[in-house]
Amino acid sequence: MCHQTVSLVSRYLEENGIPTVVMAAARDIVEHCGVARMLHLDFPLGSPCGEPFNITQQTEALEMAFYMLETADAPRTTTEAPFVWSDGQEWKELVFTEARPWKSGEDEQDWLRKKELYKSLKAEGKV
Amino acid sequence: MTYVRYIDKTREYYQSQGYDKPYKWAHFDDVPFSQLTKPLTECRVALVSTGEVVVKGLDLSEDENQMGNVGGVYSIPADTPEERLFSASHSYDKHATTLEDVNAFFPAARLREAVAAGRIAGITEQFIGVYNAYSQRRTLERDAPEVLSRLREDGADIAVMVPV
Repeated sequence: MCHQTVSLVSRYLEENGIPTVVMAAARDIVEHCGVARMLHLDFPLGSPCGEPFNITQQTEALEMAFYMLETADAPRTTTEAPFVWSDGQEWKELVFTEARPWKSGEDEQDWLRKKELYKSLKAEGKV
Repeated sequence: MTYVRYIDKTREYYQSQGYDKPYKWAHFDDVPFSQLTKPLTECRVALVSTGEVVVKGLDLSEDENQMGNVGGVYSIPADTPEERLFSASHSYDKHATTLEDVNAFFPAARLREAVAAGRIAGITEQFIGVYNAYSQRRTLERDAPEVLSRLREDGADIAVMVPV
Protein backbone atom coordinates (compact mmCIF):
# COMPACT_ATOMS: atom_id res chain seq x y z
CA MET A 1 0.00 0.00 0.00
CA CYS A 2 2.74 2.51 0.86
CA HIS A 3 4.32 1.88 -2.58
CA GLN A 4 1.04 2.83 -4.19
CA THR A 5 0.55 5.96 -2.07
CA VAL A 6 4.08 7.16 -2.80
CA SER A 7 3.51 6.52 -6.53
CA LEU A 8 0.24 8.47 -6.57
CA VAL A 9 1.86 11.46 -4.85
CA SER A 10 4.89 11.23 -7.16
CA ARG A 11 2.61 11.41 -10.22
CA TYR A 12 0.92 14.52 -8.86
CA LEU A 13 4.25 16.26 -8.19
CA GLU A 14 5.45 15.46 -11.73
CA GLU A 15 2.23 16.84 -13.17
CA ASN A 16 2.95 20.07 -11.33
CA GLY A 17 6.55 20.53 -12.34
CA ILE A 18 8.53 18.83 -9.57
CA PRO A 19 10.83 16.03 -10.81
CA THR A 20 10.75 12.97 -8.55
CA VAL A 21 12.45 9.62 -8.18
CA VAL A 22 10.81 6.72 -6.34
CA MET A 23 13.14 4.32 -4.51
CA ALA A 24 11.15 1.10 -4.36
CA ALA A 25 11.25 -2.55 -3.34
CA ALA A 26 7.86 -3.50 -4.85
CA ARG A 27 8.63 -2.84 -8.49
CA ASP A 28 5.37 -4.24 -9.89
CA ILE A 29 3.11 -2.02 -7.76
CA VAL A 30 4.99 1.14 -8.78
CA GLU A 31 5.05 0.13 -12.47
CA HIS A 32 1.36 -0.78 -12.39
CA CYS A 33 0.58 2.71 -11.12
CA GLY A 34 3.13 4.35 -13.44
CA VAL A 35 5.74 6.89 -12.31
CA ALA A 36 8.33 9.07 -14.02
CA ARG A 37 11.45 7.47 -12.47
CA MET A 38 11.93 4.45 -10.27
CA LEU A 39 15.11 3.04 -8.79
CA HIS A 40 14.31 -0.58 -7.94
CA LEU A 41 16.21 -2.34 -5.20
CA ASP A 42 15.38 -6.04 -5.28
CA PHE A 43 15.14 -6.16 -1.49
CA PRO A 44 12.47 -7.17 1.05
CA LEU A 45 9.72 -4.65 1.81
CA GLY A 46 11.16 -2.35 4.44
CA SER A 47 14.56 -1.74 2.82
CA PRO A 48 13.94 0.22 -0.40
CA CYS A 49 17.02 2.45 0.07
CA GLY A 50 19.66 -0.18 0.84
CA GLU A 51 20.40 -2.82 3.42
CA PRO A 52 20.11 -1.72 7.05
CA PHE A 53 23.45 -0.46 8.43
CA ASN A 54 25.16 -0.70 5.02
CA ILE A 55 26.03 2.97 4.68
CA THR A 56 28.16 2.50 1.56
CA GLN A 57 25.34 0.77 -0.26
CA GLN A 58 22.75 3.34 0.88
CA THR A 59 25.03 6.10 -0.42
CA GLU A 60 25.40 4.32 -3.79
CA ALA A 61 21.63 3.81 -4.02
CA LEU A 62 20.92 7.50 -3.40
CA GLU A 63 23.57 8.43 -5.97
CA MET A 64 21.79 6.19 -8.53
CA ALA A 65 18.54 7.96 -7.74
CA PHE A 66 20.25 11.34 -8.25
CA TYR A 67 21.74 10.15 -11.54
CA MET A 68 18.25 9.18 -12.76
CA LEU A 69 17.03 12.69 -12.00
CA GLU A 70 19.88 14.08 -14.09
CA THR A 71 19.60 11.73 -17.04
CA ALA A 72 16.06 10.34 -17.49
CA ASP A 73 14.33 11.94 -20.48
CA ALA A 74 11.01 10.05 -20.52
CA PRO A 75 8.46 8.70 -18.01
CA ARG A 76 8.51 5.06 -16.79
CA THR A 77 12.30 5.13 -16.57
CA THR A 78 13.27 2.23 -14.32
CA THR A 79 16.78 1.48 -13.12
CA GLU A 80 17.55 -1.84 -11.51
CA ALA A 81 20.13 -1.37 -8.75
CA PRO A 82 22.87 -3.99 -9.06
CA PHE A 83 22.67 -5.04 -5.41
CA VAL A 84 21.98 -8.58 -4.17
CA TRP A 85 20.38 -9.09 -0.74
CA SER A 86 23.22 -10.38 1.42
CA ASP A 87 21.17 -12.96 3.30
CA GLY A 88 20.19 -15.00 0.23
CA GLN A 89 17.12 -15.09 -2.00
CA GLU A 90 14.88 -17.30 0.13
CA TRP A 91 12.71 -14.37 1.25
CA LYS A 92 11.34 -14.02 -2.27
CA GLU A 93 9.81 -17.50 -2.16
CA LEU A 94 8.52 -17.12 1.38
CA VAL A 95 7.00 -13.64 1.48
CA PHE A 96 3.18 -13.72 1.66
CA THR A 97 2.98 -17.44 2.35
CA GLU A 98 1.50 -19.42 5.24
CA ALA A 99 5.05 -20.10 6.41
CA ARG A 100 5.59 -16.38 6.97
CA PRO A 101 2.29 -14.77 7.89
CA TRP A 102 2.32 -11.13 6.78
CA LYS A 103 0.75 -10.02 10.02
CA SER A 104 0.37 -11.93 13.24
CA GLY A 105 0.05 -11.32 16.96
CA GLU A 106 0.17 -7.66 17.93
CA ASP A 107 0.67 -6.47 14.35
CA GLU A 108 -2.49 -8.25 13.29
CA GLN A 109 -4.44 -6.78 16.22
CA ASP A 110 -3.17 -3.32 15.33
CA TRP A 111 -4.17 -3.83 11.70
CA LEU A 112 -7.65 -4.98 12.73
CA ARG A 113 -8.01 -1.97 15.04
CA LYS A 114 -7.18 0.37 12.17
CA LYS A 115 -9.69 -1.39 9.96
CA GLU A 116 -12.38 -1.00 12.60
CA LEU A 117 -11.48 2.67 13.06
CA TYR A 118 -11.85 3.17 9.31
CA LYS A 119 -15.22 1.43 9.30
CA SER A 120 -16.54 3.58 12.15
CA LEU A 121 -15.22 6.80 10.55
CA LYS A 122 -16.93 5.80 7.35
CA ALA A 123 -20.16 5.06 9.18
CA GLU A 124 -20.01 8.52 10.77
CA GLY A 125 -19.48 10.06 7.35
CA LYS A 126 -16.03 11.36 8.28
CA VAL A 127 -14.19 9.80 5.35
CA MET B 1 15.85 -15.08 -9.35
CA THR B 2 13.53 -12.37 -10.66
CA TYR B 3 11.76 -9.83 -8.47
CA VAL B 4 8.60 -10.57 -6.46
CA ARG B 5 5.24 -9.84 -8.11
CA TYR B 6 3.44 -8.43 -5.08
CA ILE B 7 0.14 -7.80 -6.87
CA ASP B 8 -0.15 -11.53 -7.71
CA LYS B 9 1.34 -12.71 -4.43
CA THR B 10 -0.95 -10.66 -2.22
CA ARG B 11 -4.02 -11.60 -4.27
CA GLU B 12 -3.25 -15.30 -3.72
CA TYR B 13 -2.35 -14.76 -0.07
CA TYR B 14 -5.49 -12.86 0.87
CA GLN B 15 -7.63 -15.34 -1.06
CA SER B 16 -6.13 -18.12 1.04
CA GLN B 17 -6.96 -16.06 4.14
CA GLY B 18 -10.63 -15.97 3.18
CA TYR B 19 -10.81 -12.54 1.52
CA ASP B 20 -12.45 -13.12 -1.83
CA LYS B 21 -12.60 -9.60 -3.26
CA PRO B 22 -9.17 -8.78 -4.74
CA TYR B 23 -7.77 -5.30 -4.13
CA LYS B 24 -7.83 -3.06 -7.17
CA TRP B 25 -4.37 -1.51 -7.42
CA ALA B 26 -4.06 1.96 -8.92
CA HIS B 27 -3.31 1.89 -12.63
CA PHE B 28 -2.83 4.63 -15.21
CA ASP B 29 -1.89 4.48 -18.89
CA ASP B 30 -0.42 7.98 -18.98
CA VAL B 31 2.52 8.95 -16.82
CA PRO B 32 3.37 12.62 -16.19
CA PHE B 33 7.01 13.66 -16.46
CA SER B 34 8.97 16.75 -15.45
CA GLN B 35 12.48 17.22 -16.75
CA LEU B 36 15.14 18.51 -14.38
CA THR B 37 16.03 21.93 -15.72
CA LYS B 38 19.00 22.89 -13.58
CA PRO B 39 22.11 21.19 -12.26
CA LEU B 40 21.58 18.93 -9.26
CA THR B 41 24.25 20.93 -7.43
CA GLU B 42 21.78 23.83 -7.43
CA CYS B 43 18.78 21.79 -6.29
CA ARG B 44 17.06 21.78 -2.91
CA VAL B 45 15.84 18.25 -2.25
CA ALA B 46 12.75 17.11 -0.35
CA LEU B 47 12.20 13.66 1.09
CA VAL B 48 8.64 12.30 0.97
CA SER B 49 7.87 9.08 2.82
CA THR B 50 4.85 6.82 3.20
CA GLY B 51 6.72 4.75 5.79
CA GLU B 52 4.89 6.09 8.87
CA VAL B 53 8.07 7.84 10.00
CA VAL B 54 7.72 9.32 13.47
CA VAL B 55 9.98 11.29 15.80
CA LYS B 56 10.57 10.01 19.30
CA GLY B 57 9.22 12.47 21.86
CA LEU B 58 7.50 14.70 19.30
CA ASP B 59 3.85 14.59 18.28
CA LEU B 60 3.73 15.23 14.54
CA SER B 61 0.13 14.21 14.17
CA GLU B 62 -2.06 16.77 12.44
CA ASP B 63 -5.20 14.67 12.31
CA GLU B 64 -6.32 12.39 15.12
CA ASN B 65 -7.80 9.90 12.66
CA GLN B 66 -4.89 9.54 10.29
CA MET B 67 -3.91 6.13 11.65
CA GLY B 68 -7.22 4.71 10.40
CA ASN B 69 -6.02 4.41 6.80
CA VAL B 70 -7.74 7.67 5.92
CA GLY B 71 -4.59 9.37 4.65
CA GLY B 72 -3.13 12.63 5.93
CA VAL B 73 0.02 14.69 5.45
CA TYR B 74 2.49 15.79 8.14
CA SER B 75 5.89 17.47 8.28
CA ILE B 76 9.06 16.02 9.81
CA PRO B 77 11.83 18.50 10.77
CA ALA B 78 14.69 17.59 8.43
CA ASP B 79 17.32 18.23 11.10
CA THR B 80 15.90 15.56 13.45
CA PRO B 81 18.82 13.44 14.70
CA GLU B 82 18.54 9.97 13.21
CA GLU B 83 18.44 8.24 16.59
CA ARG B 84 15.06 9.91 17.19
CA LEU B 85 13.56 8.81 13.87
CA PHE B 86 11.76 5.52 13.52
CA SER B 87 8.88 3.93 11.68
CA ALA B 88 5.62 2.80 13.23
CA SER B 89 4.77 0.69 10.18
CA HIS B 90 3.99 -3.01 10.41
CA SER B 91 3.87 -3.33 6.64
CA TYR B 92 7.34 -4.63 5.95
CA ASP B 93 8.88 -8.09 5.65
CA LYS B 94 9.74 -8.58 9.31
CA HIS B 95 10.93 -12.13 8.62
CA ALA B 96 13.58 -10.88 6.20
CA THR B 97 14.62 -7.41 7.32
CA THR B 98 14.37 -4.81 10.08
CA LEU B 99 13.38 -1.14 10.37
CA GLU B 100 16.08 -0.51 12.99
CA ASP B 101 18.18 1.53 10.57
CA VAL B 102 15.97 4.41 9.46
CA ASN B 103 18.28 5.20 6.54
CA ALA B 104 17.36 1.94 4.84
CA PHE B 105 13.90 3.42 4.14
CA PHE B 106 14.25 7.15 4.99
CA PRO B 107 17.72 8.25 3.84
CA ALA B 108 17.84 11.54 5.78
CA ALA B 109 21.46 11.11 6.89
CA ARG B 110 22.52 10.10 3.37
CA LEU B 111 20.87 13.29 2.01
CA ARG B 112 22.70 15.44 4.55
CA GLU B 113 25.96 13.81 3.47
CA ALA B 114 25.11 14.62 -0.16
CA VAL B 115 24.73 18.29 0.85
CA ALA B 116 28.07 18.20 2.68
CA ALA B 117 29.70 16.64 -0.39
CA GLY B 118 28.27 19.37 -2.63
CA ARG B 119 26.26 16.91 -4.73
CA ILE B 120 23.03 18.81 -4.01
CA ALA B 121 22.53 22.42 -2.89
CA GLY B 122 20.49 21.60 0.17
CA ILE B 123 17.52 19.85 1.71
CA THR B 124 14.16 21.32 2.62
CA GLU B 125 13.59 22.37 6.23
CA GLN B 126 10.78 19.88 6.53
CA PHE B 127 10.52 16.36 5.18
CA ILE B 128 7.04 15.06 4.43
CA GLY B 129 5.10 12.06 5.64
CA VAL B 130 1.96 10.79 3.92
CA TYR B 131 -0.32 8.22 5.51
CA ASN B 132 -1.89 5.52 3.40
CA ALA B 133 -5.58 5.78 2.59
CA TYR B 134 -7.98 3.04 1.57
CA SER B 135 -9.38 5.62 -0.82
CA GLN B 136 -7.00 6.31 -3.72
CA ARG B 137 -9.10 9.37 -4.53
CA ARG B 138 -8.35 10.81 -1.11
CA THR B 139 -4.62 10.45 -1.72
CA LEU B 140 -4.87 12.02 -5.17
CA GLU B 141 -7.32 14.81 -4.50
CA ARG B 142 -6.52 15.83 -0.94
CA ASP B 143 -3.08 14.60 0.18
CA ALA B 144 -1.03 14.97 -3.02
CA PRO B 145 -1.98 18.67 -3.45
CA GLU B 146 -1.10 19.24 0.22
CA VAL B 147 2.34 17.68 -0.34
CA LEU B 148 2.87 19.91 -3.39
CA SER B 149 1.96 23.03 -1.47
CA ARG B 150 4.34 22.18 1.41
CA LEU B 151 7.17 21.42 -1.02
CA ARG B 152 6.66 24.72 -2.82
CA GLU B 153 6.57 26.61 0.44
CA ASP B 154 9.87 25.00 1.37
CA GLY B 155 11.48 25.74 -1.99
CA ALA B 156 11.90 22.11 -3.08
CA ASP B 157 13.25 21.62 -6.61
CA ILE B 158 13.05 17.83 -6.62
CA ALA B 159 11.72 15.07 -4.38
CA VAL B 160 13.06 11.67 -3.38
CA MET B 161 10.04 9.45 -2.75
CA VAL B 162 10.32 6.52 -0.35
CA PRO B 163 7.89 3.84 0.87
CA VAL B 164 8.79 1.38 3.60
